[in-house]
Amino acid sequence: MIYREVGDFKTTYRDDGQTFPIHFDRMRYYVVLLVAFCVVPFIVNDYWTNAVLLPFLIYAIAAIGLNILTGYCGQVSLGTGGFMAVGAYACYKLMTSFPDLNIFFCVLLSGAITALVGMLFGLPSLRIKGFYLAVATLAAQFFLVWMFNKVSWFYNYSASGQINAPERTLLGYKITGAETSAPVTYLFCLVLVVILAIIARNLTRGHLGRSWMAIRDMDIAAEIIGVNPLKAKLTAFGISSFYIGVAGALLFSVYLGAVEVGEVFGIQKSFLVLFMIIIGGLGSIFGSFAGAAFMVLLPVLLKNVLVGMLGWPTDIATHLEFAIVGLLIVVFLILEPHGLAQLWRIIKEKLRLWPFPH
Amino acid sequence: MSAVTAEPYTTADGRKIGGVVMEMRHITLRFGGVTAIKDISFDIREGEVRAIIGPNGAGKSSMLNVINGFYHPQEGEVWFRGEKRGPMKPYQIARQGIARTFQNIALFKGMSTLDNIMTGRLIHMNTGMISQAIWKGKAEAEEIENRERVEKIIDFLEIQNIRKAPVGSLPYGLQKRVELGRALASDPELLLLDEPMAGMNVEEKEDMSRFILDVNDEFGTTIALIEHDMGVVMDISDRVVVMDYGAKIGDGTPDEVRQNQKVIDAYLGVSHD
Repeated sequence: MIYREVGDFKTTYRDDGQTFPIHFDRMRYYVVLLVAFCVVPFIVNDYWTNAVLLPFLIYAIAAIGLNILTGYCGQVSLGTGGFMAVGAYACYKLMTSFPDLNIFFCVLLSGAITALVGMLFGLPSLRIKGFYLAVATLAAQFFLVWMFNKVSWFYNYSASGQINAPERTLLGYKITGAETSAPVTYLFCLVLVVILAIIARNLTRGHLGRSWMAIRDMDIAAEIIGVNPLKAKLTAFGISSFYIGVAGALLFSVYLGAVEVGEVFGIQKSFLVLFMIIIGGLGSIFGSFAGAAFMVLLPVLLKNVLVGMLGWPTDIATHLEFAIVGLLIVVFLILEPHGLAQLWRIIKEKLRLWPFPH
Repeated sequence: MSAVTAEPYTTADGRKIGGVVMEMRHITLRFGGVTAIKDISFDIREGEVRAIIGPNGAGKSSMLNVINGFYHPQEGEVWFRGEKRGPMKPYQIARQGIARTFQNIALFKGMSTLDNIMTGRLIHMNTGMISQAIWKGKAEAEEIENRERVEKIIDFLEIQNIRKAPVGSLPYGLQKRVELGRALASDPELLLLDEPMAGMNVEEKEDMSRFILDVNDEFGTTIALIEHDMGVVMDISDRVVVMDYGAKIGDGTPDEVRQNQKVIDAYLGVSHD
């Protein structure tokens, strides 16, 4: 009875079109935001921020980005790792070339540069679809990683081939560098996540989002209705890459601080983000968050259980962790192929009637 | 040639038929060695219901595909609103005011009825990406304005109760209706219907015929349709083109076509003795 729409009448199209049409949902959303902004920063410690919160927030951005491209527009991409690398290296070059540039704009500009690169690699999507496009984006993945390894201009000719984030501040607080504090980096990422998630929701609910979904569901009918496939696909690639680039820039500058491209942005990163959106739910912003949480939390949880509670040696736990995560993904996909978002929808459907079954 | 004069006239049931909207001139379409359409000319006049009939494989659907730009004929010209049409992409033709439905339903399965029909309004929605990202203001206003138009179509087609339902779960007849709604949402000048009644029972056919006539009557939309049910075609259309093996074998009012010996032969077969 706590979750219901009875009596929640909509009298305008504006009310009917809002993101959370049910009153209880809306309140829950505000509470989550309030807790995330006003409670969490005061209770987090370094462990929680570094092990859980930062990766969750950053991967949530990447997952939203890939979901726009794959979930909403139906274009499969395996180049996520490469595009994240573009974001990271763009951020590094911007930070080192323009030391006075605000870190906030650095991150956004890195996203914009990645968007351009993404659109370039999205051009083949106009002629090829499905698996063939996946292979084409795979080529982008390998090419980009190779390029950042080979062309030493990108890592400022450093001997190690690594890039290191210099110290940058925002409003007097250290965001990047060695001596950051957990609540500050958390809040910095949180602000970006919230803004980007709201923008993603707005873009996908309007006519641009509909043109993406039309291309995804039936491209011929979409074209007959007046969707320009070139425009729809390229905007999807551009916006998706913007998000992924921002995620890459944050992963490098705020979270890791130092990056070696092959290690961090390899093909496994592409698959990680793809797993997130498949497990979370294709074509759902909430699903992107759920998937990112699942993939970030599960290994941490397993590690705590296996090492912390059962006292197993770390190396065995690590290997077992891979096996268990893999197994859980398979089991999960068999049980609910439409992901956590669908599971959430079913729970809400049930809650609507609870505690009376009819 | 058609016996109907080129002058605008009023039909027996009081609808006004205007001048020629669309004219196909000597269209020939080949796929490799196969000639799908052989030198066909016909016109579609403003406000009329124009049917294209013929046995299977006669080239009817190819003809619709030529009209909305999926196929580019090797020979011949397409004239729309008195202008010769250059090489155009299907989405550009949609923006000129030509909408269509498909023989096999081509709805967007992952979207609700409402979203499907809203997609039909795409060509009337042009807020930029930045306004859409902000949403409040321009984008929301445009959305609401178009939603109002879409709700009128939903009312017209009597599908209010399935507004928020995912289209994939709807029964066949309703899916056909939603597809008609999506085509109507663009406010087309010319509406192409590819077998709108295929696979329907008598009741559903009657409903669909009524909707087609109402669309024509209330919105003044010109309609070109392909249909196999002769009873329906003869009842609702003003003029009929008959195709067989890619060639035109008859053109005129239903009565004229019915008495055309070639048409009778094509449908009933000829004895060869």
